[in-house]
Amino acid sequence: MNAFKVQIRVMPRASLLDPQGQAVQHALESLGFTGVGAVRAGKHLVLELQAANREDAAARARAMCDRLLANPVTEDYLVAVETT
Amino acid sequence: MRRVAVVVFPGSNCDADTLDAARAGGSDAYYVWHRETDLRQPDAVILPGGFSYGDYLRSGAIARFSPVMQAVSAHARAGGVVLGICNGFQILCEAGLLPGALMRNARLKFLSRPVRVRVEAVDTLFTRAYERGEELLVPIAHGDGRYVADAETAALLEAGGQVVWRYVGDNPNGSTNDIAGVCNAGRNVVGIMPHPERRNARVLGGDDGARVFLSLEARNATQHAGDMRAVDGRHLRV
Repeated sequence: MNAFKVQIRVMPRASLLDPQGQAVQHALESLGFTGVGAVRAGKHLVLELQAANREDAAARARAMCDRLLANPVTEDYLVAVETT
Repeated sequence: MRRVAVVVFPGSNCDADTLDAARAGGSDAYYVWHRETDLRQPDAVILPGGFSYGDYLRSGAIARFSPVMQAVSAHARAGGVVLGICNGFQILCEAGLLPGALMRNARLKFLSRPVRVRVEAVDTLFTRAYERGEELLVPIAHGDGRYVADAETAALLEAGGQVVWRYVGDNPNGSTNDIAGVCNAGRNVVGIMPHPERRNARVLGGDDGARVFLSLEARNATQHAGDMRAVDGRHLRV
């Protein structure tokens, strides 16, 4: 078994309204930051994971996303595995 | 008298009101703790409102893996009757027992106020004492109440008459098609965002929610019309 650090990004699906992202965008505008286009707000999870290899770690992280970490109706996710 | 199991999760906060409302409706209501795996042969299960597991990750996402939810799923999949109110609705969606999902309110604010809804479906065990098209005033209290379903699912819900309650006048949270409550295709699982248990007596400002619980007891209401009588133009259990 090897130790991996798994970074998981969970984002609201692009087709859905993201009021948090919109609120952040408006706040940035009102602070004078110009040129900010659409802002989307999601979640970032960092897992320490013991796995046989990088592929195994990624497969298990994807299974975690499918089961719990992301809602298949409303969210998309991205998994990145790093060796520690 | 029906046996009604009110499931209590850590963070449930409408469980006591829901138990009282079910009892006021004539049911034999009792609590089932989320660690229990035996629902004790209920006729209906109610998942009450609240903030189970602090709404961590997503509302209902962790509660759906509680030990009791296996029993609730088995009950539902065998045709058993289940109602989810607010957080309970969120849990049922997370568990895949109802289609769609509930996301952050479109205007981000937590909303706690009465809203107007229209009864769209009266062929569920929780709405059969209402009249179709009737408008009710019931309170909402949620931050994550925006019902979301993809276009195909929403069309199926509409075509199948699975929208149970719909916001009228004002859509408080940005829900798809103004949806305030849905049922599954089998019509035995119902989820609603408003809180009928908080408006089941005049002293609470109105009793528009009472018939959700009276509906349960109005067994075969159409066949046994003698159990029901019209009071103020509404059907109430005698």
